[in-house]
Amino acid sequence: MSNIIQQADNIILSPAGLSINDISTVMGSLVNSSIDQADIYFQSSRSESWLLDDGIVKEGNYNIEQGVGIRAVSGEKTGFAYSEELTLPRLLTAASNVRAIASKGQSGILKPWVNNTVRSLYQPIDPLTTLTGEDKVALLKNIDQKTRQLDTRIDQVTVSLVGVHDVVLIATETGQLNADIRPLVRMNVSVIVEQNGRREQGSSGGGSREGYAYFMDQDRAMEYAREAVRLALVNLEAVDAPAGNMTVVLGPGWPGILLHEAIGHGLEGDFNRKGSSAFSGQVGEKVASSLCTIVDDGTLNDRRGSLSVDDEGTQSQCTTLIEKGVLKGYMQDKMNARLMGVKPTGNGRRESYAHLPMPRMTNTYMLPGNSVPGEIISSVKNGLYAVNFAGGQVDITSGKFVFSASEAYLIENGKIGKPVKGATLIGNGPDVLTKVSMVGNDLELDPGVGTCGKEGQSVPVGVGQPTLKIDSLTVGGTHA
Amino acid sequence: MPNIKTAQKMDELNIDDLRAIAADVLVEAKKQGADQVETGISTGEGLSVNARFGEVETIEFHKDQGIGVTVYQGQKKGSASSTKMDAASIKEMVSAACSIARYAEDDPYSGLPDKESLAIDFQDLSLSHAWQLSAEQAIEQAVECEDAARSYDAKITNSEGASIQTFSGTRVLANSLGFNHGYHATRHTMSCSVIGELDGTMQRDYWYTVARKAADLDAASKVGEMAGERTIKRLGARPISTRKSPVMFAAEVSSGLIGHFVSAIRGGNLYRKSTFLMDSIGRQVFPSFINIYEQPHILQGMGSATYDAEGVATSPRSIIDSGVVQGYVLSSYSARKLGMDSTANAGGVHNLTVQAGDLDTQQMLREMGTGLLVTELIGQGVNTLTGDYSRGAAGYWVDKGEIQYPVEEITIAGNLKDIYQSIVAVGNDVDLRGNIRTGSILVSEMTIAGS
Repeated sequence: MSNIIQQADNIILSPAGLSINDISTVMGSLVNSSIDQADIYFQSSRSESWLLDDGIVKEGNYNIEQGVGIRAVSGEKTGFAYSEELTLPRLLTAASNVRAIASKGQSGILKPWVNNTVRSLYQPIDPLTTLTGEDKVALLKNIDQKTRQLDTRIDQVTVSLVGVHDVVLIATETGQLNADIRPLVRMNVSVIVEQNGRREQGSSGGGSREGYAYFMDQDRAMEYAREAVRLALVNLEAVDAPAGNMTVVLGPGWPGILLHEAIGHGLEGDFNRKGSSAFSGQVGEKVASSLCTIVDDGTLNDRRGSLSVDDEGTQSQCTTLIEKGVLKGYMQDKMNARLMGVKPTGNGRRESYAHLPMPRMTNTYMLPGNSVPGEIISSVKNGLYAVNFAGGQVDITSGKFVFSASEAYLIENGKIGKPVKGATLIGNGPDVLTKVSMVGNDLELDPGVGTCGKEGQSVPVGVGQPTLKIDSLTVGGTHA
Repeated sequence: MPNIKTAQKMDELNIDDLRAIAADVLVEAKKQGADQVETGISTGEGLSVNARFGEVETIEFHKDQGIGVTVYQGQKKGSASSTKMDAASIKEMVSAACSIARYAEDDPYSGLPDKESLAIDFQDLSLSHAWQLSAEQAIEQAVECEDAARSYDAKITNSEGASIQTFSGTRVLANSLGFNHGYHATRHTMSCSVIGELDGTMQRDYWYTVARKAADLDAASKVGEMAGERTIKRLGARPISTRKSPVMFAAEVSSGLIGHFVSAIRGGNLYRKSTFLMDSIGRQVFPSFINIYEQPHILQGMGSATYDAEGVATSPRSIIDSGVVQGYVLSSYSARKLGMDSTANAGGVHNLTVQAGDLDTQQMLREMGTGLLVTELIGQGVNTLTGDYSRGAAGYWVDKGEIQYPVEEITIAGNLKDIYQSIVAVGNDVDLRGNIRTGSILVSEMTIAGS
């Protein structure tokens, strides 16, 4: 990790003519006796995206983002400024603006810098350089051509490829220096099929904190393509979705978006410190059926939602949120942890140097149970089996959440029946998990596609779950 | 590149300085082998404060800069962007764009807009009105706003605070056809969100005001009262049973319903045939009393612009006349793909306006009689390819034109084709805060899924 700090220094500070001494100067001007917490967050991020549409690689985009965010926290008050310019005068101006948040105090004592060494959960590589430009184009073309051969009903194929090389260097008021080099790749295949004048779409993809070779390994790119085509063809047969309250069986993996929306956001520390979450003040209480144990785990190797160290310099961890139905704790950043008198959990995240950190999820999933998936389906007389979702949203105060199914089937007399059109499912976070009556033994994590939005900030996340049976959930179809 | 200012001097940069940088980018791109090039530069600064329980919670100082370039080598396209604006970074950015263009494939439809379509008349739309507001003054106003919300009712028990944001920015767009223009714009916002409690369950709601000019913002006390009132009215919300009924979209959510229409006639969805409104020009999509037009030149309008993201001149136009589609929403690229002309909508629509009807909100409720008034929608659940629509909703059950009780944990569903055709009335209670301006919209029937 100290090697990573050196690399981050080489990538960010040296080219700007800044040194660790300059960081000391800025931190020295920032801290005083009434500042509880302060950090200087340097970031250099390079990303690229390539798009194939209409059979040709039409365009690519390359983006460089670099800047520094400076924050000081006093009690519940936060001052924040950022700059794209990495110069000492600009950093000092930002620091003096930020410090105005705190009352005047004695000047603080600056601690000597200590390199924080944490284990790395991914290789500090630059994914953008793991394939040549020719090979990126060839990869997209190859997927397009092979996808079009999968079925004669395919009309449109869109393939996208995104790579990010994100380098951060974080100095905190405790004298801790942290750095992280975060690779991220993502690929997506979308198709539109047509049959007898009816057009439907399907989309599938994945990603990881690795290089582009990830998509060639295990034929993953073509797996996405086959899955997108399968989904689109299923949709060609879909009938109107039912409307009303019914038993819902959720498939494994990506449907774990349920956990993210229904309880994940409600267990973020900021809402609970402020008492604005439907879960506020419920630690130690039963909020789910005893079959449910749910964790937020930032420590999984190479996963999209994982972080070696969070954006405040806290090593990521696996936090048990719910154990056998009982609420165990919240996800915390440093500020909310301090104000609630608990420890940070490595969930302090920010979209970029230009955004304030806050408690955010990493990879949120439910541990497997004992039921065999087939038995879960056959236990339902009539209901809905939902296996793919397009996204979700939650009102953390009322606890009401939605998630929109993009692949779902009727369950009729214990058997999977006709596919139904996409429909939104709506429920109440604090009680939906009390209605979980069976948990499968088939835990899966999502393929690496999730992005979570909160207060205008987007961060990559993961979800997962085994097959779940929920005795009652409202399905928002048109067939009343 | 001789004239590029060093980044240290960005503070003092005015439009002419940014135009000079843009001109240098064009020169650099040509030097690196681009046949055609376009560049956009934006800079801005702002302040946002949030106050909670009468005290400042956050103060954020914003200072942004960014530059982007798109190059064409023959019919191959590449683009790059950067937050670094020094000479070396610009060179690197142009080089990255050119490198991508070398790998990209020939696209016969790519390229800059037609020269004749570019704006030559730059009317002053009065978009820039800086707010000389210190952090202390901003905090004072936020506190006043939050106070009004918290004192609205004793059942307001918690708060997410009130915030003031002011942002002032400059944008310059230039291309190798000779276009090089810039303008300033400001945006000021005040918002408030509070939480109420009844019988152990909480509800939250919010309100906001936004304007180009601080003097046009609603008063802090009014924004706070609206936030308080909306929160209190939601207390005691419950699901209703599954049924079909009329649905009225309140003005603050009806712009979303019209937004789905805009998406369905957008060029990208049309040329990919991924919309339920394919070949819809000349077709009756709405009832004959519906007229929708674009008004890009409204002074101080939130969506006003004399030209689009490619420099194509905007002009007022009809999109729906007597319910019939008159035109699409096209950039120069999607227009070429469709064999049409750009509608100056690269980057989006400009003050899309649904002609207001005669009825105010109360009269709209009476017109509905019995049904659901929707004031909040959550989730995605809209399929532009098929028109299938299913979203989470909250609002009020209405009987005999009067609000009966708040409703939550329900969905509303239908198909947009049918929903648009079954619009019964549009209110005169127009929400002017966004880029889509419409009053409340009454739809004769949708499926409600609930308890």
